Amino acid sequence: MTTVAEVVDRAYRDDTGRAVATLIRATHDFDLAEEAWQEACEQALRTWPQRGVPRDATAWLFTAARNRAIDRLRRERVGREKTAAAMQIAELEAMGDDMHEIPDDRLRLLFTCCHPSLALDARVALTLRTVAGLTTREIARAFLVPEPTLGQRLTRAKRKIRDAGIPYRVPPREALPDRLDGVRAVVYLVFNEGYEATEGELIRTDLCAEAIRLARLLDHLIPDEPESRGLLALLLLQHARRGARTDAAGDLVTLEDQDRSRWDQELIDEGLALVDTSTTEGPYELQAAIAACHDSAPRPEDTDWPRIASLYDELERVRPSPVVALNRAVAVAMADGPDAGLRMLDPLADDLDRYHHFHAARADLLRRAGRGAEAADAYDRALALVANDTERRYLDRRRAALAV
Amino acid sequence: MKYLLLIYGDEHAFEAMSEEERHDVYAAYGDLMKELAETGQSVAGDELAPTSTATTVQVRDGERLVTDGPFAETKEQLGGYFLIDVDDLDAAIDIAAKMPTVHVGSIEVRPLADG
Repeated sequence: MTTVAEVVDRAYRDDTGRAVATLIRATHDFDLAEEAWQEACEQALRTWPQRGVPRDATAWLFTAARNRAIDRLRRERVGREKTAAAMQIAELEAMGDDMHEIPDDRLRLLFTCCHPSLALDARVALTLRTVAGLTTREIARAFLVPEPTLGQRLTRAKRKIRDAGIPYRVPPREALPDRLDGVRAVVYLVFNEGYEATEGELIRTDLCAEAIRLARLLDHLIPDEPESRGLLALLLLQHARRGARTDAAGDLVTLEDQDRSRWDQELIDEGLALVDTSTTEGPYELQAAIAACHDSAPRPEDTDWPRIASLYDELERVRPSPVVALNRAVAVAMADGPDAGLRMLDPLADDLDRYHHFHAARADLLRRAGRGAEAADAYDRALALVANDTERRYLDRRRAALAV
Repeated sequence: MKYLLLIYGDEHAFEAMSEEERHDVYAAYGDLMKELAETGQSVAGDELAPTSTATTVQVRDGERLVTDGPFAETKEQLGGYFLIDVDDLDAAIDIAAKMPTVHVGSIEVRPLADG
């Protein structure tokens, strides 16, 4: 039997974004909207155990939240704020009781939370808080910052939205590509934060799953947007490998050594279906296509490295960066041998000298080329730069295995 | 909402420009000013004399301190401003992005405290 708490938890997770988005549209007030929704959930926890769970829990909660918002507007708005409040109350009252009938306002919410005039960490926190419905505590733990710090970050962001006049709407057509890119960047950042998290950080909320949920939402709200679809595919195809990325001791396992039977075939199938091989143009699409090459190879030796190398080539053309060039060099090395890859790494040394992945990749190619002593030096350099314990242990093992 | 658009740029680079180049910049600002006046979005706007003419004033413990120069020495200096009245921040950002010197300098967009 599901308990009242479980029903409310579920509604909180599934419906917060939708409910809060609509309440903000009517009241232009993030705090009021959030608190009204919060109070409605608390009211449900108090009253449902006696009165029973209503047939449509979501509709009940939304109506309760709407009534809370109306009450507060009546009580708290005084003086010249009263006129605006009266219009907001009228708008709230005009909404039907059934939240499913009300237009989905989450897209505006997403664009406002990801507005470029907010600091990036504020965009991330605000999106997770209001669109994804995570609690302040959950976000603080996930990003390893004290809860009051995260709370202040949210408060400041909401204040800026109000005081700087950040609009609550979907940007006009001409601004849309740019702003959509900004939303995707926030979603991808959330995913990477979760992806990089390793052992010892088990308390971290599953940010990867939250990012996938957001990517799904974006793909649902603006369908047929190739890059949004590419982002969703990329996240699914990367997340599919999570079970094999670390071993029983929590140590990192490279793609080559992963037990592929532990990959999540359901996520892979979903991701592969989203990868359109005919027109891969944008950076997320290209990265998804690369991930698809890995995920569809039954064994490491089945990997289509020449195709991966050409996809990285294309990616470097649309989004040039030393890190992409590094990945391209590794793919070329796998396709054409370590020497070809090493030649491509040399010119990157200046840009990536402080980046441990560069030295680790170079060490690996030197090892494959049979240049053990140089490989050892490169591992030492990588070890001097690495910050993450799991990666350090991995590099230590590779260094030791050289037997130099 | 009202926003102050603060126009920052390297005033030495501006002074080093040819007469003709400077003329083009002024003409472009004039056009923008006119456009904003026509749409009713402009409240005010002007160019400032260079920071070499600036004086900074403070009063501490009843004593008046008057010093030569701008309050802060920066790489880019405040060279002018627009005061605009538009719907929201996005509209203000769009206008800021149209400033003739935005390609070489920076525009700071600041909302007025009481909108």
